[in-house]
Formats: sequence, C-alpha cells, structure tokens
Amino acid sequence: MAVELDVFVGNTTIMDEEVYQLWLDGYTVNDAVKARMDAGVLEECEADADVLLSDTMDQYRTFQMCERLLQSPAKLANQLLFQITPHRQVMLIERYYAFDDTFVREVLGKKLSKGTKKDLDDISAKTGVTLKSCRRQFDNFKRVFKVVEELKGPLVENIRQHFLLSDKLARDYAAIVFFANNRFETGKKKLQYLTFQDFALCAGQLINNWTVGAVDNMVEDMDVDLDKEFLQELKELKILIADKDLLDQHKSLVCTALRGKTKAFAEMEANFKNLSRGLVNIATKLTNTKDVRDFFIDLVEKFIEPCRSDRWTAADIKLYLTHYTNSAHILDPFKHQAVWDRYMGVIKSCIFIMYHD
Amino acid sequence: MPGKLKAKIVAGRHLPVMDRASDLTDAFVEVKFGNTTFKTDVFPKSLNPQWNSEWFKFEVDDEDLQDEPLQITVLDHDTYSANDAIGKVYIDIDPLLCTEAASVISGWFPIYDTIHGIRGEINVLVKVELFNDLNRFRQSSCGVKFFCTTSIPRGYRAAMVHGFLEELVVNEDPEYQWIDRIRTPRASNEARQRLISLMSGELQRKIGLKVLEMGGNAVVGYLQCFDLEGESGLVVRAIGTACTLEKLTSGSLASAHTHPNTAPASNACNSPSKDGKEPVFGEDLPSSSGPPTPFRALPTSSSSPPPFSPCKPCSRQSSSSDTDLSLTPKTGMGSGGSAGKEAGPLKTLLRQQTQTALEQREFPFFTLTSFPPGFLVHVGGVVSARSVKLLDRIHNPDEPETRDAWWEEIRQEIKSHAKALGCHAVVGYSENTSICEEVCILSASGTAAILNHRYMREGCLDIGSTDQRFEDPSPPSCGFCHIPYDELNMPFPAQLTYCYNCRRQKVPDVLFTTIDLPAEAAVTGKGCLIQARLCRLKKKAQGEVNATVISNLLPFMEYELHTQLMNKLKLRSMNALFGLHIQISVGENMLLGLASATGVYLTALPAPGGIQIAGKTTGDMSNEQHILTIQKRINDTIARNKELYQINPPELTEEGVGSPIPEPRHRSRLFRSHSESSDEVSELDLSHGKKDAFVLEIDDTDAVEDIHSLLTDASPPAGFHSCNTETMPGIYNWTTAVQMFTSVRVLRLSNANLSNQSLNKIFTDLCENLLKSFYFKLRSMVPCCLCHLNFNVAVPEEELIQVSVTAVAMTFDKDQTQERPAERFITKGGSETDEQLQFSLELCADSSSTNSQPSSRISGTVSLFTPAAKLCQSQLVVVHSTGVPENTIVSSRAASVDYGSFADRCSTWLELLRLKAHTIRRGSVKTISSLEHCSPLTEGRSRSVRSSRSFGGSPVTMVKMTPLSFLPGTRNIKYLGIINMFFIRETTSLREEGGVSGFLHSFIAEVFAMVRAHVAALGGNAVVSYSMKDCVLMENPNKNQAQCLINVSGDAVIYVRETDQEPTASMTNMGQSLCAADGAT
Repeated sequence: MAVELDVFVGNTTIMDEEVYQLWLDGYTVNDAVKARMDAGVLEECEADADVLLSDTMDQYRTFQMCERLLQSPAKLANQLLFQITPHRQVMLIERYYAFDDTFVREVLGKKLSKGTKKDLDDISAKTGVTLKSCRRQFDNFKRVFKVVEELKGPLVENIRQHFLLSDKLARDYAAIVFFANNRFETGKKKLQYLTFQDFALCAGQLINNWTVGAVDNMVEDMDVDLDKEFLQELKELKILIADKDLLDQHKSLVCTALRGKTKAFAEMEANFKNLSRGLVNIATKLTNTKDVRDFFIDLVEKFIEPCRSDRWTAADIKLYLTHYTNSAHILDPFKHQAVWDRYMGVIKSCIFIMYHD
Repeated sequence: MPGKLKAKIVAGRHLPVMDRASDLTDAFVEVKFGNTTFKTDVFPKSLNPQWNSEWFKFEVDDEDLQDEPLQITVLDHDTYSANDAIGKVYIDIDPLLCTEAASVISGWFPIYDTIHGIRGEINVLVKVELFNDLNRFRQSSCGVKFFCTTSIPRGYRAAMVHGFLEELVVNEDPEYQWIDRIRTPRASNEARQRLISLMSGELQRKIGLKVLEMGGNAVVGYLQCFDLEGESGLVVRAIGTACTLEKLTSGSLASAHTHPNTAPASNACNSPSKDGKEPVFGEDLPSSSGPPTPFRALPTSSSSPPPFSPCKPCSRQSSSSDTDLSLTPKTGMGSGGSAGKEAGPLKTLLRQQTQTALEQREFPFFTLTSFPPGFLVHVGGVVSARSVKLLDRIHNPDEPETRDAWWEEIRQEIKSHAKALGCHAVVGYSENTSICEEVCILSASGTAAILNHRYMREGCLDIGSTDQRFEDPSPPSCGFCHIPYDELNMPFPAQLTYCYNCRRQKVPDVLFTTIDLPAEAAVTGKGCLIQARLCRLKKKAQGEVNATVISNLLPFMEYELHTQLMNKLKLRSMNALFGLHIQISVGENMLLGLASATGVYLTALPAPGGIQIAGKTTGDMSNEQHILTIQKRINDTIARNKELYQINPPELTEEGVGSPIPEPRHRSRLFRSHSESSDEVSELDLSHGKKDAFVLEIDDTDAVEDIHSLLTDASPPAGFHSCNTETMPGIYNWTTAVQMFTSVRVLRLSNANLSNQSLNKIFTDLCENLLKSFYFKLRSMVPCCLCHLNFNVAVPEEELIQVSVTAVAMTFDKDQTQERPAERFITKGGSETDEQLQFSLELCADSSSTNSQPSSRISGTVSLFTPAAKLCQSQLVVVHSTGVPENTIVSSRAASVDYGSFADRCSTWLELLRLKAHTIRRGSVKTISSLEHCSPLTEGRSRSVRSSRSFGGSPVTMVKMTPLSFLPGTRNIKYLGIINMFFIRETTSLREEGGVSGFLHSFIAEVFAMVRAHVAALGGNAVVSYSMKDCVLMENPNKNQAQCLINVSGDAVIYVRETDQEPTASMTNMGQSLCAADGAT
C-alpha cells in the first residue's frame, strides 16, 4: 500500500509559516516532519505522523512552485497561479530574502562567483547552516547584485523597489552588494570579531558619503562604486603628516583640547603622530583598488588595535576623533576642509562602530 | 442570427523565453473564431509585449456565438522555421450573450499550454453586439441564463419552474482517431480541448432551445458531464431544471412586461383563486376519494391563462390512465379517508392533483436540492437506479439514440420508483457514470417527493392570503417528513409513528434524501458527515461476461452500503440523512462504492434505537464476553456522539416509549440477507413493530470486521464539523472566511491478492486519513465547518484507488452557536425568500408523451443484462427508502441518557472546546502578530506593498471560490454567467516536475488560476456552486509520462458584503475580500 499521489490545493494558497521557515532553512521533508513533531504540533490537534508528512510534502511542493516567483518578487504580486494575500506575499518575500548573519559574514566581500559558490559546502560545515540554505542565500545575494548593478539611482531604494523588501533588509542587501562590488577584505583573523551588522553600518556610511551617488544620485554608476574623484582628492590630505610643522601644530591643538578630559590623555599624546599617520595614509592610498580592499583591516591595524592596547574607552575614541577632526579646520595652511570632513566623517563613524570595548 | 464579436489584444506579460540566444521572445497573437483568423503584429524582443491591437471583428451567427469559443493563440515568430506556439486561451463568450450577465470580458488570462502549463498572461478585451430579437430564432438560444446552483439563485425569484431538461451530444474522441497515431499527443490533446469546448457550447445551446420551447428563460441546477468512452467516443451530457426567473428588484416585483408568457398567467390566476377556491375545496373534501380530476375541484381555473391551457384537456384523461399504471396512488386514494385523519383525504386529493399535473411531463424531475419554503410538501425517500451497459462505437454522432435510450430507460425507472413511493416528483436528481474499458455503469438518483400543488396550479400567487388554505395543516418544520405514501399499503416495509413534532401525521423512523436540509426543518443538535465505504473484488473479465459480473455485484454493494449508512447513523444517534450521494465506481478487478451524506436528528422523527450485538451461540462464555465488550463500546460511542452532536431531544411523555435494550435471551435474530427482496413487502407484519433495537449479529469474522470498522470512524477533532450539504444544521453565525480546496489521493495496492475485508479497511482508512489531513491543514480556521464535502472515487487502473475531494471550510462565530438567532435568520432570508415563495410549476405537459410503463420497458431495451438490471430496480426502492424494518425497530429510549446530567456534561464539554480552540489560537499568536506588523496599515511595510503594486501594474483581484451557492455574510448582487471549463495537461518529464504529485498539484493550481482569471475578466469576484466534475489521471512512471483531464464548473458572481448597500468599487471590495481571505489562510 503506497500512497502514489497526495495533493491538497487551496483556492487561497495555504502556507504554514513554520513549515516555510523549515523549508528555507533547508530541512529535508523528513527532518521537517521531525522538527514539527518536536515542536509539538501534533499535540495541538489530533493528528498523526502520516498526516504531518502529507502536509509537509504539500507545503514543500507549494514552496518549490513559488520559488520561481520569489526570485523576482514583483511577479508575485501579479501572477495568477497562486492566490496569496498581499501581506502574506510580503511575509514570503521578506523571509525568502532573509539570511543568516553567520553565513553572510563568511561571504561578505567575496566575489559572488561560481568559485565562491563551490566553497559553500565548507561554509555550510563551518556555520552549521544547511547547504541548501547557503545556496539560497548566496543566490539571493547574486541575484540582487546582478539586478542593481545596472540600475541608476540610490542603491537601497532600488533594492527595495525591485525586491519589495523592508527598509532594513534592503539596507543589508545594499551593504552586501557594496562589499561584494568593492571586494572589501573581511575574512582576516583580525576582523573576525566584527559582526555582519558592524560591517553593514559601515557600508551604509560609505554608501552615503563616499560614492558618486552620495553627491548626485542620478549619476550613471551610482552607489556601488566609490567616488573616484574624491579618492583622488584624498591624496591631498598627505600634507597633514608630510608637513612636520602642520603635524606638530595639529597635535598641540588636539592635546590642548583633550587635556584633563580623559584618563588616556598620556597615551593619546604619545600616539598622536602614529595614529594620525595611520589615518592619513589610509586616505591617500585609497586610489589603489588593493588598498580599498584592505580598508577595514587597515583601520583595525592602524588605529583600533593601538587604541585597544592602550585601553581607550569608546568615549575616549569619540573625544579624540572629534577633536582630531575639528582641529584640522583651525590649521591655517590646510586647505582641504571639505575633503577632510567627507573623509573623517566616515572614518569616525566606522571606528565608533568597529571599536568594541 | 448575426452578431458581431469584437476582440482586442492589449498586452502580454511574464512570457516564457522562446529564443535562447537573446533570452527574449518575438510574440504575436492569432485570434480565431469559427473559421476566421486574425493576427496581431509581432512585438519583437520582449517578454512583456504591448500589442494594443485594433478591434478584430467577427461577423457570425449567434448559433456559432453559442457553440464556439474564442480561441487566442500566442506564438513566437520565427523567421526561418515554423512559429512556435507559446500557449492558448479559450474564452467562452456565452456570458456576453445574456443581457443581464457580463457586458464585456476584459482582463488578464493565463496562457495555457497542455505540456508546459501556464506560460505568462495575456490581456484581452471582448465584446459582442447582437443585432436582433433573439427569441425568434430557433437554432440559437442566446439569452437563456445558466446556473450551476441547485437552488433558485439569490436575487431571483422563480415565476415558473418548467421542469426537467436533458440533452447529450456525442463525438469521436480525437485521442482515438486514426490521425492521432501519427500526430503528437500535444496536438491531439489540443484537439480534444477544442472539441469539448465546442461540444459543451453546442450542448448548452440545445438545452437553451428546450428552455425557450418550454417558455422559460433560465436553467437552474445545470449539471454537465463528460463520458470519455475511449474507442467508442466522447459523450457530453447535461441535465438541468428549466425555470422562468425574475430578477428581484428592491421594492417592486419583477416587471411583468419582460416575461409576457408568465405575466398574464399570474394576473389571471390571482383573482379567481382568491375568492373561488376555498369553499369549493371545503365541499369537495369528503367526496374526494373518488377519482378526482384536478380541475374539477377547481372550476375557476378553467380560465387559466396560456401556460396551463394546453395541458388541461389531456390532464383529465391521463389522470385516469395514471391510476391504471401505478398501484400506490390508487390505493392511496381509498385509504386516505380511512386513515381517519382530517388531512388524509385532503392530502390525497392534493397529491393527485399535482400528480396528474406532473405526470404529464415525461420526467417530473428537478435537479434542485433546496427550495423556497413551502414548496416541498412530503419527502418519500431516495430513489436510485443503475444499469450496466456495454459500450459500442457511436456510429452516427448526429443521432446519439443509444445513449439517449439508455438514460431514458434509467429515468423511467426512477420515475416508477418515485411512483411506488406515492410521490409524483423527484427532487435533488442527478446522474453519473463510471466507465472501465468497455463497461459503463449509468446511475441516477434523486429523492421522491410531493410538491405543493399550489405552485403547480397557479402562476404567481399572493402568498399572504392563500398560504394556509390548501396546505395540509402540518407545520413547515416537520411537514416534509410526513409520509407521502399510504400507511396501510406501504411500498416497502417501514416503521411508522406519529410525528414527534405535530403529533398528527405519520412519519417514518428513518429518512434518507438527496436534497439539502430544508431551512425550516426542526433539527435537534448538530449534523455530521456520514460515509459508507465499500470495496468488492471481482474477477477480470471481458465484454458481456464482465458486465454480467458487475451487474450481479451491484445489488449487494447497494445493500452493504445501505447497511453501513444505517449503522453509522444509529451510532451517531441520528435519524435522517440529507445530501445522500452514492457513487459506485468500476475498475478492472474491483468495484468501489462510496456513500456520503449528512446525518441529522430530525426532531419530527422518532429517536433511533441503539445497536444491539448478538452472538452466534449464546452458550459460549468467551464469546459472550467478547460480545459484551463490543456492546459496551458501541453504547459508549453512542453516548459520546450524543454529547458531541448535542443531540438532546425533548422529553416525551408518551405512549409506547421504551423498552430499553432487551435481555440477551430475547434478542431477535435477524438475517441481513433476507431483508431486501421486494416480494416480502406485502408479508411484512407491522404488528410486531416494537422490536427493541437495531441488532447486529456476529456470526462470522466478516461481521466482526464490520463492527470494528463501524467503530473506527473518528469523529472530527474539537472545533471542527463536517457535512456534505450546503450548510450545517445547528450553525448559523458564519463569518466571511472561506477556504475552498481540492485534494486528490491515489493509493497503489501493492499486494495483489487482498481480501474484500482488507481492501475495505484500506479504502476506509484512505477516506478517514483524507479527512484527518483536512482537519489538520485547516486547524487555524477553528471553529470551522467543512461544508459540501464532495468525495469522488475512481479506479484509474488496476490496483489504484483514487479519491478526490472538493469542499469548503467556513469559520463561524462560536460564541453564538448554541442558540439559533431566529430573528436574524428570518430577516436575512426574508426579503428574498418571501418573494421566492411565489414559486410555481408549469402544468404544461406534452400531450403526446405517453408514459409507456414499467412492464414492457425492460424487455426490449436492456438485452442481455435485463435480469440483473431488474434485480437492481426492484431492490433499489427498498434499499434507499425510508426504512428497513427488519433491522430497524424504533425504541425511542434504547440507549437512554439522563438528560439532566447530559446538559451539564454538554456545557463542560463546550467549555473544554473553547479552551482548546483558544490554545490552538495561541499557538499561532506569533504569526498573527507578525501579520499585524506588516499589514498595509502600518507604516513601515505599507510602502513596500504599495510599491509592489505600482511596480507590477494592477494587482490581481482576489476571487473567492466555493462549492456552495452563497458566500456567508455576503449577497450575490449579480450572476455573470456560467463557468464551464475543460483542461488537459500532459507531461513527458514527470520526474522533473516533482513526480505525479507535483504534476497534479501544479495542474490543479493552474485550473484554479484559470477559473479565477475568467471570473475576474467578467468583472466578478467569486465563483459559487463550484465543482470539479472530473479529474482523470493517467500515468506511466516508467515512461516518465502522465496526463490529466479536469472539468470544472460554477457560477461567476459579483458579491458584496451584506453590510454594504451597493456594489462597491473594485478596490474597497477587494480590500475586504482580502481581509476575509487572510482569515482563511
């Protein structure tokens, strides 16, 4: 006695959110049945394992048929095959595009290519996210990347419109796309302590301030790439460390302002030149794609680690960077105030985000 | 005559990629009607082409307009090779031919391909201009409205019910034509779809013609079926009930001038009836046992207007000939008076009047299952007939006499059965077939009934004044239960008692019907779905031998099914079945029988006795012990069911209440085998009527199995109810959340040599598990009722059992389930039903229709299988009618319950139920809150919802579907026309599509989508009376192939919430339906 065929189709497509999540998480049908039993769905209503299996199979089939539509969410709204209420559509899409932070952390900044896809089984083993789920998430990244790559206009808004995602999720995707496009290195050991959300916040800063779109949001290749002109201008900041007088003057201005306001004053004073050189050097090298990739590792090595070893508090960092930025304005011979602000604004925010006490 | 059909192709979207190189498509469209074809320009390199074509105009006969569908083919242009077809859309333009229905078809249609399924959508506009007065032309029947709904559609009233309609057309199945041995399956399937579309158009037109001939303007309860007879051809047949419907306008009665036929009738009828009748009747009563002709008693009616006049002269003659033909009415006459009841003679008289009127018709059948109040006077019981036929090639498709004759024969049988029950009409009538190879079982069933003569005699009545006068004085809540046949001359043995409601008339102990529970019926407690399931193995055989084997098996199956139904009914402590549908399906090596019905406790009928188990030998101690345990289990189950279904009949301080379960020593032994022969009818000894309980004897293992299977039926889990009728007695406060679903399950019997018993078990489990699955899947809708559960069984091939179910889950407001909100109920129905009361039947009968009667009937037609068929006939009456007294003995108090404590338990149980439902709800709290979170009202997500709309163009209209004739909490404000669609889907990559389940799952979803799209294009937002009439699946997993045919139908409507005053604009309306649908998901 084998059940040869078993289907259940509702006029309004019936979808159980818990099963959907299990499906998204890459559970096999049998595992999902087990998980549901463990969750106690059987006690809730009088049913047996066969019923559960049949239901799970049905739902899995439905999801598989829906998957094609979920990959271009705009179609979901005006397709005719499944009658799904709009807010349920929103839920389906949002969940389909949701990702595991542990997984995304592994691929962040990597090229979204076949090569990376081949490594997914390793990532799956490492993160404990099922391979199936890894593939879905990776394909989502890739798909979003491919679509927005060719679009004008603000990145987040484009993602939101094309994939009908919530604002939060759209921002995360923007970060992923941005990182993938610029190939920022995030995998080094020194960066391991940073979460995806840290990077996403940093990406938000970079997108909002350092891209072409940040200045003129209808420019051709908008938000995904850093503003080349700006990077070129950053070279001018070199003067802050190359000119010894300027460096000393900057130091004294900062020290005057800081004196007595922090316990770490001694370390600040001692490290000023080193830290300043670090930050300015990062700025001047950003014309190099290679150095762009190392942006975060440089920040950690050149600034965050020295501060951390001196046990600066977050407040110390904030105080220091504020005065460091502002004091440059008072420096007479320094003419690149606008560039300096655009640069330091982002650096400051990124360091705040990345500096964990 | 001529009409102009105009079609415009606007745009396409989501087209498939047809050119791999560019990942795009160069699409164009061919629009074909009849033999004329137009083409759009090629819209190059786009998956969302904008053709925006001119209006393509077809000048055609309206006959063609009715027969032909508009064919739209989307193709991919290819410069060098043949153009590739992307897919097709067939649009039935019939709804446009009716002024009251849709005026334009406009919307997105799924582009369908038999191999690939839905491949994108196309936006089309269709209009029709008709040139002249339609009624003058006999070949077409434009303007006749069709309804699948088996009641008077809401918003209409029946000015006339003309009667039974039937028609069939046959053709050769393209699948089996020689050309198909060389052409691809795809081409032949497309040819089939086209042909069937054409045939059903033709069929509708022909039915429409018959309606016009009868003077009607609509077909209600239209039921169309396909018989795929394989080599011997393709039959499309339909039955229905011809009516003259008038649209109810608020305030005023339907305008008379629109129906010139009926209007004078009503006028002329009205006045004389008022002043003339009563006295006449009063005088006539005593002498009415003579041979009355209907119109003698009613002198005033001689002035009857046109619709009635033709039949008047002949009615007199046939009323006398009629008594010659049938036994019961004659004897009924004589004994009517002797019953000593005041109503007796009156009843008899009325019956004869209506009878003669109805018997003028060839078949006094009605496909309706529910009626305006007062229409149904008495119900006799179920009548059914089956016949086994050998299919032969249809040689001349233009004259399908054979098939016609077959059905004619069956209908005659039904008619005579009804007559035997003392009834002159059959309501809730339906027909179906089961075909395996060259053997075909034709079945027909219905409920014998007596209809109110008032509706037959007069066109339109003023109800207020005439209501009480001619009716027998039985109250509406129990009147229909009163026996229509004569007590002393019963057509079959039954146990009669005085009605427990009015105490004036006799009622049977059990009542089986195929109709819906009348709205006014008094019911105790709630109802539930009751099913009898049966498998019978048979030897494989060919041709006539096979047919003989099958016809020999049929009576036994009928009997077994009936016994099961009866047992299960008693086990639930109920006494009536409604919506009984018995399906017998034939396969190569087995027969499947499935009987579904909704059991209820009719207050008017006596309480059913318990079930008593009897052992084989009383001396055997262990056996005795065993029996005792079973007996206990049964008693417990009965007690539990009484609580579950809240069956708590009022106490009766009455004579002859009863002897409880008898002492074991005095158990009467009954043998099931002897109960069914009609010969014994006359020998029945009514005097030993008060036998104590329903006795089951355990005399062999079969019987043990039977009893076990009886007890294995699980009752629905807390919060759920189920029925196969339109609504559930005892539940009145429906919310608007509905979820229609279709489920199909196929079981492969791996073990080749199964016994009947184990097969039964497997089949029973299959059905039970399906129900369990539904309860589980729909658990979020609790408290809810599965209504109109329609099971369909088939044996697609050897060792496969297929069960397909379509039903609707409806939630209700549980807090008020206890009391029936009487005032609301009445006011709700009031406006419509009041007017529907003015319901009438046309007396018009064909004088030439000579009712050639039983005796001669069989001999000529049935040839070889006559004996078997006859056996069936004679037994069927007995099997399905109101009682089988050998087994059924009324004891009103068999398993008596202490009602005081019962009430307590009842309330605690309810409490428990409430709690349970609450926890279940709590289980899903998470999802609810998340839903609220992203509901369009909250700010964050609303933008994305909006943007999704703006991005994708217009959102899709939500279309509700239901097998019921209504959506709870709504009004159908407009019927847009009938939906009748036939699809074939095939695949040669079964594995890749997720196996046969994946294949069928997507096909069913596609069928739903296409139905919804057509409804939306007509401007509708719901399909009512939806049904899936065929789902024929063939698979060959070894070849990686499968094929499926699905036929669905329903009525497209526009509904509004009951609270809304006027048709809302589509947007707000949609918003509401969305909310409702949310509840359902």
